[in-house]
Amino acid sequence: MTVINQVKLVLPAKSINESYARIAAAALAAQFDPTVEQLADVKTAVSEAVTNVIVHAYRDRKDGKIYITMKLTQDGRIVIAVRDTGCGIADVSQARQPCFTTAPGEERSGMGFSIMETFMDTLRVSSRPGRGTTVTMSKRLR
Amino acid sequence: MNLKLMEDKGTLVAAVTGEIDHHNALLLREKVDRQIAAMRPAELCIDLSGVEFMDSSGLGFIMGRYRSMAGLGGKVSVKGAKGRVEAVLQMAGAYRYVEKIEGGNPV
Ligand SMILES: Nc1ncnc2c1ncn2[C@@H]1O[C@H](COP(=O)(O)OP(=O)(O)OP(=O)(O)O)[C@@H](O)[C@H]1O
Ligand SMILES: [Mg+2]
Repeated sequence: MTVINQVKLVLPAKSINESYARIAAAALAAQFDPTVEQLADVKTAVSEAVTNVIVHAYRDRKDGKIYITMKLTQDGRIVIAVRDTGCGIADVSQARQPCFTTAPGEERSGMGFSIMETFMDTLRVSSRPGRGTTVTMSKRLR
Repeated sequence: MNLKLMEDKGTLVAAVTGEIDHHNALLLREKVDRQIAAMRPAELCIDLSGVEFMDSSGLGFIMGRYRSMAGLGGKVSVKGAKGRVEAVLQMAGAYRYVEKIEGGNPV
């Protein structure tokens, strides 16, 4: 995988930064001249990953940070990794099931991972309870 | 995100424009719930025709209002969702719970 452009962001885990993160992803993706639909897919997937960090990973903490790495590859893909050092996920395959949520009382529907999976080409989730989670996703844009 | 609340023959119409994410879904919820408590409508119609972006937090907002309206004996309808906003609603099977209103005049 030859990387032709790369952006790294470190953001405080505050909900106000959700829009910043997806606009940054869209701005990088725009370098490949994607369709409106492709851009919307990338923005929605990034919004899901970043929101999960804020509402789940750092649930009881105010000082958490979101680490985002975004790459454009020679062969026309965008690769986005969203990492946190929060609570982690004990059972990743259960968490990825549609409608599975640990926060139903907060109007969560358990659809975030399903949306990332559907709107991107690949999705990988690696997590260690107590240490944090990294969500890596990619999509071909040209 | 911008919200316009209107009353139309017992229906509360909530016309949202802009982006619905976790950050502004909280605000949306607060404003709409306050109006529901004051007006006790038989139906809440959520007009999404001006929404350019919505993620699962918007879905949570809609399903949450479905539950609270059902508790009051009322219902929720949604209209005007397009593009990926509509894709998110379809994927989650939201139209099994809330009525989809097709066409009609934009509010
Ligand atoms: N970064 C994370 N850190 C810790 N737990 C996470 C993280 N991301 C997801 N989870 C866990 O995985 C579950 C499923 O996530 P998903 O995004 O699919 O649904 P949700 O966030 O609960 O609801 P929705 O995204 O529909 O609002 C969450 O309820 C949470 O328990
Ligand atoms: Mg989520």
